[in-house]
Amino acid sequence: MATKILTEHINVPGIETFDVYRKQGGYTAVEKALKTMTPDAIVEEVKKAGVRGRGGAGFPMGMKWSFLAKPEGVPRYLVCNADESEPGTFKDHYLMKNIPHLLIEGMIISSYALGANKSFIYVRGELMYVIHILEKAIAEAKAEGFLGKNILGSGYDLELVVQPGGGAYICGEETALLESLEGKRGNPRNKPPFPAVKGLYQCPTVVNNVESIATTSWIVNHGGDAYAAIGIGRSTGTKLISASGHINKPGVYEIDLGVPVEDFIFADEWCGGIRPGHKFKALVAGGSSVPILPANLALTLANGEKRLMSYESLSDGGFATGTMLGSGGFIVFDETACIVRNTWNFSRFYHHESCGQCSPCREGTGWMEKVLHRIEYGHGHQQDIDLLVDVAKKIEGNTICPLGDAAAWPVASAIRHFRDEFQWHIDHPSEATQPGAVYRGEMALI
Amino acid sequence: MTTETNHSAIQFTPERLERAKEIIARYPEGKQKSALLPLLHLLQEQEGWTSVEGMDYVARMLDIQPIEVYEVATFYTMFHLNPVGKHVIEYCRTGPCCLMGGEEVYAHLKTRLGIDAGQTTVDGRFTLKEVECLAACGMGPVFQIREKYYMNLTNERVDEIIDELSK
Ligand SMILES: Cc1cc2nc3c(=O)[nH]c(=O)nc-3n(C[C@H](O)[C@H](O)[C@H](O)COP(=O)(O)O)c2cc1C
Ligand code: SF4
Ligand code: FES
Repeated sequence: MATKILTEHINVPGIETFDVYRKQGGYTAVEKALKTMTPDAIVEEVKKAGVRGRGGAGFPMGMKWSFLAKPEGVPRYLVCNADESEPGTFKDHYLMKNIPHLLIEGMIISSYALGANKSFIYVRGELMYVIHILEKAIAEAKAEGFLGKNILGSGYDLELVVQPGGGAYICGEETALLESLEGKRGNPRNKPPFPAVKGLYQCPTVVNNVESIATTSWIVNHGGDAYAAIGIGRSTGTKLISASGHINKPGVYEIDLGVPVEDFIFADEWCGGIRPGHKFKALVAGGSSVPILPANLALTLANGEKRLMSYESLSDGGFATGTMLGSGGFIVFDETACIVRNTWNFSRFYHHESCGQCSPCREGTGWMEKVLHRIEYGHGHQQDIDLLVDVAKKIEGNTICPLGDAAAWPVASAIRHFRDEFQWHIDHPSEATQPGAVYRGEMALI
Repeated sequence: MTTETNHSAIQFTPERLERAKEIIARYPEGKQKSALLPLLHLLQEQEGWTSVEGMDYVARMLDIQPIEVYEVATFYTMFHLNPVGKHVIEYCRTGPCCLMGGEEVYAHLKTRLGIDAGQTTVDGRFTLKEVECLAACGMGPVFQIREKYYMNLTNERVDEIIDELSK
């Protein structure tokens, strides 16, 4: 248990420098890859490893790589998605800031595997200090011959460019990211064509999350089978979980996929339990976009078994009783949290971040924010709960990009599991609007 | 707007001009528009905000239409399209930070500065801006001033920071 693929050396003093990273065995994977492996052999190992995209959608990385079109004479691009803006998610920030060379090493291996000679790391603009850290690390790697022309005498050339965003959650969506990288507004593109065929500058492009790319050094060093041996079922390997909210030890944890949710929340090794004197009420397991679960469903499946930290177990029961692993943005709520207020807060976020291209998303997110605001502030109408459900349903599946779904799910799930709490706000506005007032009716607190 | 703009009104310092050239050179031939966001950041770092004159300067540098710059600068939240105070406090208002007491600390900050979101103190020292999740939720409440993150905020910590920046 507790394999450390990404974070083993993260606390070593000076690990952000090339020398210390190298002393800890850094860049041996680049040497092995470029000197002894063909690009296709690397793709094979990544496929065997079964790594699923860590940005949120969980799409198998090796399969994505094998879809990349390879027309003669056309450049191909690898773009690393470091936009990390999903509320509750801060793992990529943690990784890049502390151990930048791990991402750079992964970028070199992945770019080589895909045949890209110019690759981009798109970092949200707010993290300008992290951009400086990455640029410094890139300069070091280049000075040591791991980037630039004819890397390690292999004949392979690679240039890495770190690109800042400008403050827009939607640019985490891969096609919006590509638009942004081309110097435009971050409006998602219609698909198809997919980026694997027409991506950056209309050339074949792979977009992968920071954490996904960072796994490749370990996979090259130890083999895809060794990676696949960690984890559970089709949830192979380790996952970085960003833990926040009402727990004793917020932070980023690398877990083997398959740890019981209960252990992750209550064991000292991870979150260390709910803060003293309080009880566990609800969980958002994978970033603000995934359905919220009440405590009992967060810990147990409908059949009574323990729920695990894996793609399959978290989504067990569909949206009726389950949720999603998403980005691993793990937000824990105790009994002092008002679900109505939190849902309104999330709705305001999605309304603010909608790019405005499709009416269901642009208008629907606005309506949801408005209706939730009036419920929270004591002006809710009796039909408002059904209205919210209806608006969420009309957004879901009817938009160009998944931001629409991401906006609908938190609202629909909050009402599904905490309907009484919304009703209480509507029925008892003067009580519900007292400072710090929270619904204290029947619910399972753990 | 007139086309007879004064070309020398805004100019990068020699170091930034050098940096701008490096940035433009890193994209493939003919794709220099990719440099737009980096150059807008460079502009704002120098000028404190993103003015129309500055955007026109960037447009000329990239050989694109000014409108292509305006439509981008207005899409992204990081560009201040109006003059701002010396320190812009970008306060995270999103859920996870709120769970950590973010709303209470925010109320304290507003009282302390005597301004609301979007406003600047009369002495021109502070501008307050609300932003969404800054990818530091486990260390909330959080705000950012330029490139620096201030985390695990409490009322006392906020007072210390404001005192420090008021000197
Ligand atoms: C609205 C929206 C925001 C997203 N934000 C991010 C993000 O910040 N980081 C990320 O890696 N993926 C994000 N994604 C997922 C990307 O579109 C894409 O699936 C991912 O970068 C692919 O990399 P992966 O397969 O390695 O996960 C977002 C998707 C949507 C719809
Ligand atoms: S779903 Fe929303 S964010 Fe996505 S393209 Fe449509 S309007 Fe833009
Ligand atoms: S919610 Fe404030 S940093 Fe994420």
